[in-house]
Amino acid sequence: MTIDAARGTPRGTVAESPPGLVQLLTPAGERVEHPDYEIDLTAEEIKGLYRDLVIVRRLDTEALALTRQGELAVWPSLRGQEAAQIGSARALLPGDMAFPSYREHGVAWCRGVDPVKVLGSYRGINHAGWDPRKHNLHLPTIVIGSQALHATGYAMGIQRDGAEDAVIVYFGDGATSEGDLNEAFVWSAVQNAPIVFFCQNNQWAISEPSERQSRIPLHRRADGFGFPGVRVDGNDVLACLAVTRKALDGARSGQGPTLVEAFTYRMGAHTTTDDPNRYRLQAEVEAWQLKDPVDRVRAYLLKSRTADQEFLDEVDAEAKEVGADLRRRCLELPDPELDELWDNVYVAEHPLLADERARFTSYLRSFDEVSR
Amino acid sequence: MAQVEGSVTVSTEILSLSRAMNEGLRKAMEHDSKVVVMGEDVGRLGGVFRVTDGLQKDFGESRVIDTPLAESGIVGTAIGLALRGYRPVCEIQFDGFVFPAFNQITSQLAKMRLRSLGMLELPVVIRIPFGGGIGAAEHHSESPEAYFTHTGGLRVVACSNPSDAYTMIQQAISCPDPVILFEPKRRYWDKAPVDLDLSGAAPLGRAVVAREGEDVTLLAYGPMVKTCLEAAQADGSRSIEVVDIRSLSPLDEATVLSSVRKTGRCVVVHEAPVFSGYGAELAARVTERCFYDLEAPVLRVGGFSTPYPPSRLEDHYLPDLDRVLDAVDRTFAW
Ligand SMILES: Cc1ncc(C[n+]2csc(CCOP(=O)(O)OP(=O)(O)O)c2C)c(N)n1
Ligand SMILES: [Mg+2]
Repeated sequence: MTIDAARGTPRGTVAESPPGLVQLLTPAGERVEHPDYEIDLTAEEIKGLYRDLVIVRRLDTEALALTRQGELAVWPSLRGQEAAQIGSARALLPGDMAFPSYREHGVAWCRGVDPVKVLGSYRGINHAGWDPRKHNLHLPTIVIGSQALHATGYAMGIQRDGAEDAVIVYFGDGATSEGDLNEAFVWSAVQNAPIVFFCQNNQWAISEPSERQSRIPLHRRADGFGFPGVRVDGNDVLACLAVTRKALDGARSGQGPTLVEAFTYRMGAHTTTDDPNRYRLQAEVEAWQLKDPVDRVRAYLLKSRTADQEFLDEVDAEAKEVGADLRRRCLELPDPELDELWDNVYVAEHPLLADERARFTSYLRSFDEVSR
Repeated sequence: MAQVEGSVTVSTEILSLSRAMNEGLRKAMEHDSKVVVMGEDVGRLGGVFRVTDGLQKDFGESRVIDTPLAESGIVGTAIGLALRGYRPVCEIQFDGFVFPAFNQITSQLAKMRLRSLGMLELPVVIRIPFGGGIGAAEHHSESPEAYFTHTGGLRVVACSNPSDAYTMIQQAISCPDPVILFEPKRRYWDKAPVDLDLSGAAPLGRAVVAREGEDVTLLAYGPMVKTCLEAAQADGSRSIEVVDIRSLSPLDEATVLSSVRKTGRCVVVHEAPVFSGYGAELAARVTERCFYDLEAPVLRVGGFSTPYPPSRLEDHYLPDLDRVLDAVDRTFAW
């Protein structure tokens, strides 16, 4: 397949960043200041963010390997988007509620979800694995954009409770075209709902580049809906943390919604069933490789002497162990029981389902009788 | 494309269902410059099932549109294009993603001709890969056909093999009414000979007898046709006829009823839930029309009244050869 030269030109190199991009840590690991966003983290906090980034990447790599080996049916990799997810999710307070799409494995990590529970739906044993109320992380949503309205409604509930909590909803660049997403913008604006719209613009919606969805930078969509929009370097964990924190504070203090566009990149395929060589150039991937979200924090830690090599090695060793543990427990995940087909469809007993269950169970038993 | 051997044109080629659909689309686009293909990832990628592979390269970006990620937009703008004289062919990437377009399909597309007192034509085709059996994630394995057969103003068809894929897409595109074309996604890679000459093809609204038999009729469409053919083949003791419904709306009653009148027994098979499924319509209609020819009630085999399960349970949910033959046994035990 040939790629149209004009459209396939790599966009963005290390040298140039799109205008208005909030950045606190350059790709080379230099701390820079921004007039509107400051962040004052202790050494331990920054080291904590680094640990999150490394572990989440390791979990993702392990899941990819499990998929290649047939242990998972499919996997949407978050590689490249670690900083956007860790920075934003670490800005949340325990009482805040997060609504993910399907790629937010890093957010799940930050919300305390056991990583093996993230694998269940990709192994085909359930549709979602964790208790949304325990972690204040809603179920993943695959039908693009739907969760934005749920998040908005949840935020309206917080408002009516007079609570101090806020909501964050995750979605992609492609999702910004869906009606549900735009209705959520309208609703949250007129309700002044305490919500942060966190768009991970990873430049691609499967094979479609983000310019297929918008003529203007996505964060500027917020202007038309009447609330602030900001574009942050999505590969800069510090900037993502600072920008999200400010947006959440605004939501909490009655200022309503904010749209955060985290400018990042999907380093891998859309999912393991996708072949990106059909639609994008390797040069583009290589250009983004130079802006890696993990490398720059490591460079900063060493350069600023916030951490030494020993710490980095410890984190690597821990990540390796977490990855191995994920693999071990993935392989031990039990297949679902037949009854799970009918369990939990309704709260109350449903006669039709009860009948189906009884008939099908006895049908299956008839095979045992034959073979006996 | 037809191969030319010496001076003889051979009009049969072995193609996968996906490829046959691709060739059919290509034919239609060559034939009529008003045909426009639109959907998510249909252009450069060629669609997630490669049905539109190479079409953008050959027909350009204005005829093969990588649309924004918005299904209501895909169908809504297709309606507008049709009003302006185009023949849009929309791809909905997976069955479970048609619902954001539900208003545009059922309230707008289906009703517009009637509302215009017959002055407008809406030649819109909506292609939907449907059904399970591929181990996919949630929302990628559904069978939503009954929502659409329940809606007057839409034609609803389903292909079951490469040959029909090739012809039905072309017939659907030339049809002046809106057509929803369901494509059996787990059969996309099945290969079979395809006759590239349409002159002998069954019309779009016709059911066909896919296998002749004497004792019982299996009614199926889409992915279940193959399952039923395999069941018929596997059964050594009874002569099983398989009817491929092909057109769910309108239904070709004549073909269905004459088969059931001959055999006296009927089993309906689909992946969608049995309760309120399309099979309920078939069963009721067969019962009403040939009650006195029936030796047993019409039985239905299909999915359960639950959301489509996680893939490790889908083998239980989906009708297979054993479940089809179990129903056949029950019609004989009556
Ligand atoms: C309503 C709907 N339509 C289509 C799809 C198929 N689909 C899955 S992911 C995807 C692209 C999403 O792109 P984006 O919003 O940018 O998120 P990303 O995958 O890049 O994280 C598409 C079209 C879907 N899941 N839901
Ligand atoms: Mg994207």
